[in-house]
Amino acid sequence: MDYFLTEEQQMIVDVARQITDEQIIPMRAELDETEDYPRDILKSIAQADLYGLYIPEEYGGFGGGCFEMALALEQFSRGCTGVATAFAASALGAYPILISGSEELKKKYLEPIAAGEKIAAFALTEANAGSDASGIQTTAVLDGDEWVLNGTKQWITNAGEAQIYTVIAITDKSKGPRGATMFVVEDTDPGFSYGVKEKKLGIRCSSTRELIFKDCRIPKDRVIGRVGTGFITVMKTLDQSRPGIAVLGVGLGQGALDEAVTYAKQRVQFGKPIIGFQAVQHILADMAIQLEAARALVYSSARHIDVHKKDMSKASSMCKVFATDMAMKVTTDAVQVLAGYGYMREYPVEKMMRDAKILQIYEGTNQVQRNVVGQELNKEYTRS
Amino acid sequence: MKIIVCVKQVPDAKDVRLDPKTNTLAREGVQSIMNPYDRHALEEAVRIKEQFGGTVTVLSMGPPQAEATLRDAVACGADDAVLVSDRAFAGSDTWATTYTLSQAIKNIGGADLILCGKQAIDGDTAQVGPGLAERMGIPFVAYVRKVNDCAGGSIKAERLMDDGYDAVEVALPALFTVVKEINEPRVPSLKGKMRAKKLEINTLNAVDIEADLDQLGLKGSPTQVVRVFSPELRGERSMLNGSADEQVAQLFDKLEPLL
Ligand SMILES: Cc1cc2nc3c(=O)[nH]c(=O)nc-3n(C[C@H](O)[C@H](O)[C@H](O)COP(=O)(O)OP(=O)(O)OC[C@H]3O[C@@H](n4cnc5c(N)ncnc54)[C@H](O)[C@@H]3O)c2cc1C
Repeated sequence: MDYFLTEEQQMIVDVARQITDEQIIPMRAELDETEDYPRDILKSIAQADLYGLYIPEEYGGFGGGCFEMALALEQFSRGCTGVATAFAASALGAYPILISGSEELKKKYLEPIAAGEKIAAFALTEANAGSDASGIQTTAVLDGDEWVLNGTKQWITNAGEAQIYTVIAITDKSKGPRGATMFVVEDTDPGFSYGVKEKKLGIRCSSTRELIFKDCRIPKDRVIGRVGTGFITVMKTLDQSRPGIAVLGVGLGQGALDEAVTYAKQRVQFGKPIIGFQAVQHILADMAIQLEAARALVYSSARHIDVHKKDMSKASSMCKVFATDMAMKVTTDAVQVLAGYGYMREYPVEKMMRDAKILQIYEGTNQVQRNVVGQELNKEYTRS
Repeated sequence: MKIIVCVKQVPDAKDVRLDPKTNTLAREGVQSIMNPYDRHALEEAVRIKEQFGGTVTVLSMGPPQAEATLRDAVACGADDAVLVSDRAFAGSDTWATTYTLSQAIKNIGGADLILCGKQAIDGDTAQVGPGLAERMGIPFVAYVRKVNDCAGGSIKAERLMDDGYDAVEVALPALFTVVKEINEPRVPSLKGKMRAKKLEINTLNAVDIEADLDQLGLKGSPTQVVRVFSPELRGERSMLNGSADEQVAQLFDKLEPLL
């Protein structure tokens, strides 16, 4: 379907598609097996200028928005959602600086992130703080010219690979929602280390680890925004980044549909290709319909978010839920179409099905997203 | 360091067929691409530039459509592009081509290093690189698989051989042809693509390069193509049957008389 991309947007798609077809797809099965971080592929992505897509030109980026980022992510995820996650997580880590950081922080950190010379990561989740961000226990205390961090973050994507971490910690427990602050922590800061690499169901080449802060001392000027605004920055960051997760679902769904249709045309049973059976055709048709509907919603939401900075939560949450539920369904259906072969690691669809699950969980579970949509509806109808 | 990379637009080998009636290449509907070996030459030039500084100019002799290949090269890191294009060049063999390219290079101010692919996948002669070096009177190294160092007016490289490699050091200016082992070409970058779209391609004709018209195109080409044909597949084929041991025994019986 024609989404009327500008010439520049089409270029983004073309560059990302070439990397996906030439470098990601040939490597994905091996990366899934070895669980190795896809360093070489990410280097190519950096060389192609795609790490800076959403970063303003004044900081060395391309000056695009959520939508431009989505176009690249869709392609990468069509190849491998693990690689795409590793790439996307750097943007997630950079958004707090972009959204709330001082001019100094932006200059210092966004340029190397845009060039792909440095990778970022975002650290909110802790053992007792999943959906409920208010449960965080990591603390930061000002001591002279330094903040001292203590606590453990868990399941942080890009941990151990990134050089720049945006971390939320409690700075004044008595202030409740205004008692948390975001900081930039660098990989070389004293008192900062990582836990072991998690073993996961899917997106196995992306790295997921703990961040451990033991009297980790960082300079005073590493505060992102004002002290006490941590939760606001986190919410704005996730509103901005969620269409990125949604579009990973679209790319993944496309990859699964491509595999399923190609296979159905080749597989012969009862004397004809299985695509000739209406039951199979209907599965494929439903996959295509759901996929296109999700793509349309994600593209519109991303474009909306790029223009309406003060009204993004609902669009962001709606597209995340719809596109990632679609990806789970479509990848499961792809396995059904390939049946026994689909269940084997020889074909890529079982991996796609394993990869799909995370999309319904991270950056806010789909239940929590529905809560957001519901709350926004409640607000909207009260106002009018 | 001024580097010139010579690139040729060729039909995509995946699509190439011979027209069975005329025995010429069926170009209809066939995609054009940058000669794959030239892509490695370009990548090496860009890497040399990134490491040692300088500029990379891509140069192509060809019809106006070859501009697409030059833009592709700019998207992949070249700074500048020159197209040498004139009806007078039509029908050039490698002799006339090296003359034309050498005139063009003289005209754009020469280079410290000229890189070419080891051969083009359509003609497969591998003559243009060495021929051009000869025309220009500069040293030539074929089958370069690695460029090691580049300082003080000379360059160190490795030349791939059947049984290993030669380490060579050459005074600049020089011309290298490269093999695909030399590097893994990058994909075009976004900024490169945008630059490529806008870039004014410097287009030169026979007059611009101050060429002697008698040495151009068909007139300047001593090579006569008498006939082009697909070789017929001949030779007897037979399948061996039976267990592995039996097949080995049969194979031995067939080979023994030849020893
Ligand atoms: C591979 C991976 C990578 C991750 N990367 C990062 C990262 O880079 N940075 C980071 O900070 N975090 C990261 N996370 C954490 C992720 O964002 C959380 O897992 C997610 O927010 C959910 O938290 P939880 O797993 O603790 O689930 P819980 O909050 O314990 O939820 C359990 C169940 O209860 C439901 N539930 C909870 N509260 C409600 C409610 N109010 N209403 C309805 N249902 C509710 C949930 O939907 C879910 O079904 C990652 C997680 C994984 C698995």
